Amino acid sequence: MKIVAICGAGIGSSGILKVNAERVLDRLGFEADVTAAHVGSLASDAADAQIILTSAEFVDVIGATNADVIVIENYFDTDELTRKLEAALG
Amino acid sequence: MTLAPVAEAAIIIGAEVDDWRAAVRLAGRALSDSGSTLPGYADEMVRMIEQYGPYVVIAPGLALAHARPGPDVLSDGLAIVTLATPVSFGHPHNDPVRVVLGLAIKSSDGHLESVAALANIFNGSTAIADLAAAESPAEVIEIMQGKT
Repeated sequence: MKIVAICGAGIGSSGILKVNAERVLDRLGFEADVTAAHVGSLASDAADAQIILTSAEFVDVIGATNADVIVIENYFDTDELTRKLEAALG
Repeated sequence: MTLAPVAEAAIIIGAEVDDWRAAVRLAGRALSDSGSTLPGYADEMVRMIEQYGPYVVIAPGLALAHARPGPDVLSDGLAIVTLATPVSFGHPHNDPVRVVLGLAIKSSDGHLESVAALANIFNGSTAIADLAAAESPAEVIEIMQGKT
């Protein structure tokens, strides 16, 4: 399972998403490779990702993809992250 | 690893600003005043938001302004600006913003330790409201060390 967190810089906000996604996945008992990337390197970094975590602003920029795109509103709310990741992981 | 202590020069309390650009520029000034960036980094942080939108408003009331690592960053740094009057960034859920963090990262290698420390402070906590209510840099430093 590969998950990519996307923001404009590839540091900062996507880093927080990565760190919190890892914590949630660990709690849920899922093995996943979570990376943080900036939207400019999306094509190479997220080509084989199953899930993309990001903000609403990047959905259009990300465009068509085979990955599930999950939009997170509050990056510090691990309950929101848990709920949305659980839904995507089925 | 915990976050390096925030320098007092990187903390601005109760700033009066007209709009989000002024708020982000103030965070940029705090980063350059505390020696972690050159003044041009402030414009880069503003440009990121102009280009991609208000995604830096990552939680209710909190903006994490940042740009990419580059020549304007001299060392990793975090600035904290609290606003006397909250401003709108145009975010669909998390406006208005009361606290602006300015983040400067010298190299994307290893930056995750610093953001993990930020997650430890802010995850499911009252830290945003506590920062907004802080009346002195010493109080802000305590909150950022997770002591309150």
